[in-house]
Amino acid sequence: MSVAVDDSPTLEAPNGQISGHIRFRSVLASEWIKLVSVRSTVWTLVVTAVVGIGLGAIVTSAQAARYSARTLAAQQAFDPTRSSLSGILFAQLAIGVLGVLIVSAEYSTGTVRATFAAIPRRPAVLAAKALVFSAITFVVGEAVSFVAFVIGQSILSGHTPTASLSDPSALRAVIGAGLYLVVLGLFALGLATIIHHTAASISAFVGSLFVLPIIAAVLPSSFSDDVSRFLPQQIGTVMTTANYHGTDPFSAWAGLAILGGYAAAALVIGGVLLVRRDA
Amino acid sequence: MAIHRGTLIAASGHGAHLLGGHHGGRILGLVVIIAVVVVVAVVLFRRANARRRRAASAAFLRGSETGSPSAGAPGPEPPVRAGPRPLESGHVARGGAAIVARGLTKRYGEKVAVDDLSFQVGPGQVTGFLGPNGAGKSTTMRMIMGLDAPDRGSVTIGGRPYHGLGLPLREVGALLEAKAIHPGRSAYAHLWMLARSNDIPKRRVEELLDVVGLSSVAHDRAGQFSLGMSQRLGIAGALLGDPGVLLFDEPVNGLDTDGIRWVRQLLRRLASEGRTVFVSSHLMSEMAMTADQVVVIGKGRLIAEASVAEFTQRNARSSVRVRSPQLDVLRPALEAAGAAVAPDGNDTLAVRDLREEQIGEIAWRNSVLLYELAPQAASLEDAFIESTEGDLEYRGDRPTPAPEGGVGS
Repeated sequence: MSVAVDDSPTLEAPNGQISGHIRFRSVLASEWIKLVSVRSTVWTLVVTAVVGIGLGAIVTSAQAARYSARTLAAQQAFDPTRSSLSGILFAQLAIGVLGVLIVSAEYSTGTVRATFAAIPRRPAVLAAKALVFSAITFVVGEAVSFVAFVIGQSILSGHTPTASLSDPSALRAVIGAGLYLVVLGLFALGLATIIHHTAASISAFVGSLFVLPIIAAVLPSSFSDDVSRFLPQQIGTVMTTANYHGTDPFSAWAGLAILGGYAAAALVIGGVLLVRRDA
Repeated sequence: MAIHRGTLIAASGHGAHLLGGHHGGRILGLVVIIAVVVVVAVVLFRRANARRRRAASAAFLRGSETGSPSAGAPGPEPPVRAGPRPLESGHVARGGAAIVARGLTKRYGEKVAVDDLSFQVGPGQVTGFLGPNGAGKSTTMRMIMGLDAPDRGSVTIGGRPYHGLGLPLREVGALLEAKAIHPGRSAYAHLWMLARSNDIPKRRVEELLDVVGLSSVAHDRAGQFSLGMSQRLGIAGALLGDPGVLLFDEPVNGLDTDGIRWVRQLLRRLASEGRTVFVSSHLMSEMAMTADQVVVIGKGRLIAEASVAEFTQRNARSSVRVRSPQLDVLRPALEAAGAAVAPDGNDTLAVRDLREEQIGEIAWRNSVLLYELAPQAASLEDAFIESTEGDLEYRGDRPTPAPEGGVGS
């Protein structure tokens, strides 16, 4: 049994000295193995799909049934795209939990020491985590968003006006819904890199989604809208809406950029702490 | 937010209508069917998995996980190979680099965990890292691995800090904590993700799972492993990259007698191949059988750095066991000659500071009958206790190294 780790070339120079260095490709591959080798990944993504599609369909059904009884103004304000994508704003919780767990599980299980012993360049680990997470949530998020849209429109058909993907604003909302999940998930991943603990990270994430809007709502009204339009939940609402009728928010893409800023800030702070703190 | 709230109310307020509704009913049915399918699939998967695991690991568990208290009894075939097989046959043994610590200091808040610690660990031998629990051994190990940053001082491996190693797993392997494994990940996936990051081929993973006797449970969740199995998985992780430097933090914890013997032989073998082997333990008796050199610390400070023989000789005074029916005569005579005498049972004395020839002569002069006169070699454990006894910090809470019997199971 010749075991020889060293028949991969380049690894060992003739003098027995080990040459070579860790390639980012290898770190990515390692993080991918980690991501797909635990059940929490499968579960959170299944929940994302079930909630994103199923809950969206339920909400859409309710609105379809109720449409004829609504006021004219309400009927005019009805956005069939938004209606079919309403499950996304619940699915975001599952995506956030996945983003948190990718980092916090390393700390709660102690795997992080094995990880950093294998890969001493910690920012590379964080970058690889963020990339593999983005890849998998992008695919799942866009798939959920498109399926939810198609199912939603078929439910609405005959009851309310419907939207079509040939409408640029509807297409933007559908694509944007998937991107929203990716960027919001990255924000959760960044929070967990700062906080480390699973429960505390999830609380912070859920708080930023559902508690901040409540706080914003009790602020003086002149001030409230200015604050609330910067909140992730509000950005998500705008992004999943084809024709927004609310109060002068950011455009969908500006909203995504702001959300991306939050995610980047969380990841950068997390990355700096990652290097400074003991593992 | 306003729109959102509206949809929520709509959804809840029209639940009844929804259930009866023609689209809603279809969708709800779909969701329920998906949920049922998922639950059934999970139950079936778990059951099949559990059955497979029981069958596959039955043989493995029979031998090693019973914690057989009867060490000598020939049980079923030991699950781990009695001797570590060569990691690379026909391969020139790899020389290990030296670990050099200089003035390492680490504080956690007010508490000084490691205090100005300097030592060297050379290749080709097993160096024991001894100290009671809480002495700073694990902290030092983590600083060597670049996981914790020292407040002062430095530690290098082959002249480079850990961060300077190109492919760390191919140069340094470490077992730091056995249970530091994601409980939901399989042993195989755990090793493979580590190997992949350092470009170590996949078959090396399979190879090592075989070496540590975990092949049959390789695809089971590591959370179901016993401490002993986790320990073996950690050892496999340390050996992944066939490194020249190996660190083991309390490697025999949780292992049974077979496992302890296996680890002991593995450490000896790795050292004989020219590797640097640094192994921490609070079990002096275990280290006495395994180590060539010792680095002894207490309360984060260096107490001794020497060969086992030298350390034992310097710190533990050997004694002579004297058995006689006339101790009432012999004892004052020995004390008059300057011996330190301690009773050791009814008719027996442990005598220090006199050699057996001198004791025999004193007995003869005093016409004392001797039944037994036997020199007692000092143990590493005695040496450890004595070396820390002089340390002011130890007064009042002298470390009591656990007896070897406390290791297994």
